[in-house]
Amino acid sequence: MKRNLFLKGVAVATLFLISLSTPVIRQVQAGEWSGYIAAEARIFLHAPGLPEQENHSTSVSFKPEYYHEWVNGARSFTFTPYLRLDSADRERSHFDIRELFYLMVYENYEVGIGVRKVFWGVTESQHLVDIVNQTDLVDAFDEEEKLGQPMINVSVPGEWGILDLFILPYFRERTFQGKEGRLRLPLVVDTDQAVYESSAGEYHTDLALRWSHYIGDWELAVSHFRGTGREPTLLAGTNPEGEPVLVPFYEQINQTGVEAQKIWGEWLWKLEAIVRSGQGDTYGAWTGGFEYTFIGIGGTMMDLGVLGEWSHDTRGDEATTPFENDLMFGLRLTANDIASTEALAGIVQDMDTTARSIYIESSRRFGDHLKVIVEARTFLDLPRDDRFYAISNDDFIQLDLAYYF
Amino acid sequence: MRCIAFFVLFIFASSINLTVLHAETPEEKGLSIAMEAERRNDGFGDFTAEMVMVLKNRHGLESTREIRIKTLEVPGDGDKSISVFDNPRDVKGTAFLTFSHKVGDDDQWLYLPALKRVKRISSSNKSGSFMGSEFAYEDIASQEVEKYTYKYIRDEVCDGRDCFVIEQYPIHPKSGYTRQVVWLDKAEYRPFRIDYYDRKDSLLKTLTFKGYKQYLGRYWRASEMYMLNHQTGKSTRLLWKDYKFRTGLKERDFNKNALKRAR
Repeated sequence: MKRNLFLKGVAVATLFLISLSTPVIRQVQAGEWSGYIAAEARIFLHAPGLPEQENHSTSVSFKPEYYHEWVNGARSFTFTPYLRLDSADRERSHFDIRELFYLMVYENYEVGIGVRKVFWGVTESQHLVDIVNQTDLVDAFDEEEKLGQPMINVSVPGEWGILDLFILPYFRERTFQGKEGRLRLPLVVDTDQAVYESSAGEYHTDLALRWSHYIGDWELAVSHFRGTGREPTLLAGTNPEGEPVLVPFYEQINQTGVEAQKIWGEWLWKLEAIVRSGQGDTYGAWTGGFEYTFIGIGGTMMDLGVLGEWSHDTRGDEATTPFENDLMFGLRLTANDIASTEALAGIVQDMDTTARSIYIESSRRFGDHLKVIVEARTFLDLPRDDRFYAISNDDFIQLDLAYYF
Repeated sequence: MRCIAFFVLFIFASSINLTVLHAETPEEKGLSIAMEAERRNDGFGDFTAEMVMVLKNRHGLESTREIRIKTLEVPGDGDKSISVFDNPRDVKGTAFLTFSHKVGDDDQWLYLPALKRVKRISSSNKSGSFMGSEFAYEDIASQEVEKYTYKYIRDEVCDGRDCFVIEQYPIHPKSGYTRQVVWLDKAEYRPFRIDYYDRKDSLLKTLTFKGYKQYLGRYWRASEMYMLNHQTGKSTRLLWKDYKFRTGLKERDFNKNALKRAR
């Protein structure tokens, strides 16, 4: 229901923006389309731990992007719908508006109105500070995919850095795997029953402010968010059929974040930290680490990056993320060849238990339009009392074939 | 009379001075050629251009990248520039923002459009390949006089013109080269050929410039640059088109916001 409402709103906004831009479009050349269509096959290596789950899944995703600009880019319109159809998980088949916005660039500031995506942060293993867009968890297990966020963004660049103000009038619920989906908690999260601390529900207006700057080899940012937390607390409940489910509860929170990165030759030193209040007791969390790049290893064109990051959450075992006290170590190989071949191998080790996860991601381009991505992930030695124990059975290999246009 | 005597003395003194100038060392002559080449390029203000990069491996297999470039001249420092990829399509919108400096490392940011992420990247990677091409980052970076020391070698005919041949030695310890041999024509101080010598001082690459065109009645730009790697047999051809000078770009067109919407 809520999703439909959001989409209706978006449809009205689209018509409005297109009607605004149409007379102008006629005067200049038409806008441009780009994007991709991709097929994905995912094979799970073990029998499912839960009865409804499948052994493998195939899915297709489509992400076209329309862009049009006027006055040398001082005015622009961007529309990026996103569709995924999945053979196994009904929740993973979904449609979203990733972007639909009008951008006005003035001499000393810019204003963006509509659905957008922004990224905050410097670390690789998790993105603590990045809070504006909701995570599209069902789309990508590694939390790298985000839902489009309706906003008014005013951005002011100056000698002193860049100041961004975000007014976020509508909240997007996190997506979760459905009954048939793998890589989930043992109980399904029933998104239809989502509850809010604010009486305004998903219409609570959230605010965010961020200052970012660079000083020499330092990259710095400080941000504050006030509004509906993106990460719900999951409560025990029952669905209309009387089965036990988890109900997402979205609190009103305040979150202050800092980001820092220092370049020192081939070293990058990184730190992200947050303090969040309003979701249980006030707590802090941070991720810090480094990335070192060996350039032209063994006299070849290849670069090898070594990454290490440590994440800590003051809530300890009560943490809602898998990163309560974890060490990530990774190797990133960049071939610098015509096909842009890349590979990343990593291990995340829980410092308090035996639990660890190992993953490999590799991609290569074929010709000018095709890209192949292979990903494999295994979950090892999760203790039975770990809240993510259910994914122990969900080691998988995934193959993506994408056509870019 | 005394005045005349002084005058004669003055002329004499000046001519000594001139003789000293003419006896400049090969290093001084090399530097003055480099400075004259830079002086002739001063004052362009800004420019935009489009570039097609054709990568070819030993077996003749080709791959093409298309890049748009905006550059702003910064008086007293290195240029600011934004380069945006249009092709291959999976990297469309990927963009680099560079603040180059006469002294010290450049500041560089990379924009990844799929994640909407701006990453500050290390510019100490001088010798690494730029997007799989035979051009290293230091080859495409803003060429500032202060980045090298120089030595004049000889005069020679190049591309049918009278040319200077100078050697330049990178100052940065992370450079992939011991030296570069540069052929510049005497008439316009335009580079026609550069030989790159690797860390072992063996010939690594040769860059040749073709199809010079003059803009605003002053600034020369090559429409074709061809880099051949002698050690691997691979090559990269850059085809430049649509040069526009003094388009009115400002400092504010070169920040992280501008990078994100560069497309």
